[in-house]
Amino acid sequence: MTTTQAPAATARRRRTPRTWVKNGGLTALAFALPMILIFTVFSWGPIVRSVVMSFQKTNLLQPAEFVGFDNFIAVLNDPLLGTAVLNTLYFAALALVMGFPIPILMAVLMSEVRRGKGIYSALAYLPVVVPPVVAVLLWKVFYDASPNGVLNTVLGWVGIGPQPWLQSQAQAMPSLVIEATWAAAGGSIIIYLAALLAVPPELYDAAEVDGASIWRKAWHVTLPQLRGVIFVMLILQILATAQIFLEPFLFTGGGPVNSTTTVLLLIYRYAFQNSLGGNYGMATALSVMLAIFLALLSWIYFRLTARWSTS
Amino acid sequence: MSIGRRTAAVGATLAASAMLVTACSSDGDPDTTPTSGGSAEAASGTIELRVATFPPGADEAAYEAFATQEAQFEEANPDIDVIGVEYEWTGPTFAVQLAGGSLPDVFTVPFTDSKTLLENGQLMDVTAEVDALGYSDRFNPIILDGVTDADGNIFGFPRQAYAMGLHYNRDLFEAAGLDPDNPPATWDEVREAAKAIADTTGKAGYSQMAINNTGGWQLTAQTVSRGGRTQVDNGDGTYTSSISNAGTKATLEFLHDVKWEDNAFGAKVDLDWGTINQEFAAGNLGMFTSGSDVYTALVRDFGMDPDQYGLTVMPLEGDDPGTLGGGDIAVVSPTVDESTKAAAVKWIDWYYMQKLMNEDAAKADAQALADSGQAVGTPVLPVLSRELYDESQQWIAEFVNVPQEQMTPFTENIWDQTPVGEPKGKTQEIYALLDPVVQAVLTDESADIDALLTQADQDAQALLDQ
Repeated sequence: MTTTQAPAATARRRRTPRTWVKNGGLTALAFALPMILIFTVFSWGPIVRSVVMSFQKTNLLQPAEFVGFDNFIAVLNDPLLGTAVLNTLYFAALALVMGFPIPILMAVLMSEVRRGKGIYSALAYLPVVVPPVVAVLLWKVFYDASPNGVLNTVLGWVGIGPQPWLQSQAQAMPSLVIEATWAAAGGSIIIYLAALLAVPPELYDAAEVDGASIWRKAWHVTLPQLRGVIFVMLILQILATAQIFLEPFLFTGGGPVNSTTTVLLLIYRYAFQNSLGGNYGMATALSVMLAIFLALLSWIYFRLTARWSTS
Repeated sequence: MSIGRRTAAVGATLAASAMLVTACSSDGDPDTTPTSGGSAEAASGTIELRVATFPPGADEAAYEAFATQEAQFEEANPDIDVIGVEYEWTGPTFAVQLAGGSLPDVFTVPFTDSKTLLENGQLMDVTAEVDALGYSDRFNPIILDGVTDADGNIFGFPRQAYAMGLHYNRDLFEAAGLDPDNPPATWDEVREAAKAIADTTGKAGYSQMAINNTGGWQLTAQTVSRGGRTQVDNGDGTYTSSISNAGTKATLEFLHDVKWEDNAFGAKVDLDWGTINQEFAAGNLGMFTSGSDVYTALVRDFGMDPDQYGLTVMPLEGDDPGTLGGGDIAVVSPTVDESTKAAAVKWIDWYYMQKLMNEDAAKADAQALADSGQAVGTPVLPVLSRELYDESQQWIAEFVNVPQEQMTPFTENIWDQTPVGEPKGKTQEIYALLDPVVQAVLTDESADIDALLTQADQDAQALLDQ
């Protein structure tokens, strides 16, 4: 028996469970099943569990107690929440200023290179290949605040005195952003480079005929053509920076004096730092609030940019 | 594609899914996974007992010594199969490891956390076992109090206690023209020595832990050494915060002056227990305060040269000063069954307790450690009686391999100091709250110490009132 059927006839027929099976629905389901199971166990399950836990008081060992919105109220009354939100916004703003234009600029410059493009791409992508924890530990060595620390030695060559880097309330956050930018730029550069390949060469040819310089070509041809990708990358960056955890956790633990305590680090602290029973309720309550906020932000962003985006 | 081949493909996919589900679920079933905290009885009738060994980073010799002791224990208890598990106490992961069944059956926890853990139901009740072994009346009552709940139930075996001490690097002392056999005895002398070391060697003269709750821990310890207390026990289960006191203020002023006036603190203000040990063992630090038993870790886990090590008591000043004590307790996971619990108690008694009171056990333990180059003779405080402790030191005298003569400023004076327990109310939370206070003084030259203390006092009281 074969399954060959006229497409037009299939489209007209009413869909019933029987036709669904006949059309290979069962096969599709069987192939999707492992993924559905994995998502259920490792993604959706924990998400649902977190939402439930945000209304409970539990230490994971004794029976959980339902406490209504108490966890949410406790989080909103925590004086550290304001600090964490401001720090996260500060990180996001710095990351936007430092981390957003650099990959675009690098990609545009690299796309103009005639020879050895592959080498530049590889060099740009190299930091992404370094495991994040290793990268942070490496930068921790660079940020050694003593006069013979790596970066301080380099600064010494140009007559600048040793900087405290991570040991200072003012410099800790910018130090984190520098490393985060270094670590993430490679991935963005590759995406922008790929998008640049899709720009029709005729546009550049036309611009050249009109006598446009490299900067005018970048401004009037490249950037408008990259608009869609830029919008997506921007929202991805905002979402990523709002959830920044690795750098403050590994570099500073949120210090000095909570100057690098971010929202996600605060969630971690609720759950683990003072643990011995852990305030998992407050941790999940803040997680739920953050998730709702980011979902709303993404929706508003796409509504606002929908008409500008080419995609 | 024919139906037959499609059916085969669907069947294969479903089989793969079934295997996936089976693989995911088997670990969570305590009846089929003896190591996850359920029944630990193996098919042969022996009980598999997972016991804590050393923190990550311990050298191979430590494991060799453990293997020797494990073999001795299994010979005496053929029905128990001991499995050593790498273990380090970390508050952040404890509750999750416990809930997930990945903790060993026997492990140790610090005094600091024992009260909270037992109140949370996270430790096994071992009252009957402690009574049966005859230990109830032999433990130092102050120490036993830390593992006893309101109803008098006991939740662990105190196995080692320490007093806070001032650790110093003898080589750096000599390099700075200081006498390593005559270490500082007052906080002013500590400051002078720190400045001399920093000025002469360029290394940090004195440093202090400041993150991961250790900042609050050390601030509390130094407050006590200056006659202050950060908390008052009202005796009715409530506590009053007294962080804003003269001892704490003097400690913060001391830190400020070492850092900003003498420039002797070094560049790193983000050290904790592990990283300050690392700095000290690497010869980058002149002095720091920590538990008197840290020598073992410094040499075993951080590779310190024993010749450089020196230890003295905490300088005392002010009215009613004391030395903050601490230690750890051998406990049993609350998730094990009765037979594993019995095996666990046997192990604790054999591995941790007998060497404190039985000459043969003490000698066998010391020999196993000494034969594999592990530290024997690190200064600790008695968890049983002082007399028994002194006697046990005589038993193992021939095996002592730590440079005890470099620790005499501590061992000769510690008995004159009054031991003071850690604050009992919300201990770790308040330590965490004090971390930023220490950090503020070390990162802001013009930090307002009075304002910091007033705020910390209010925040701590709010925690205690919860």
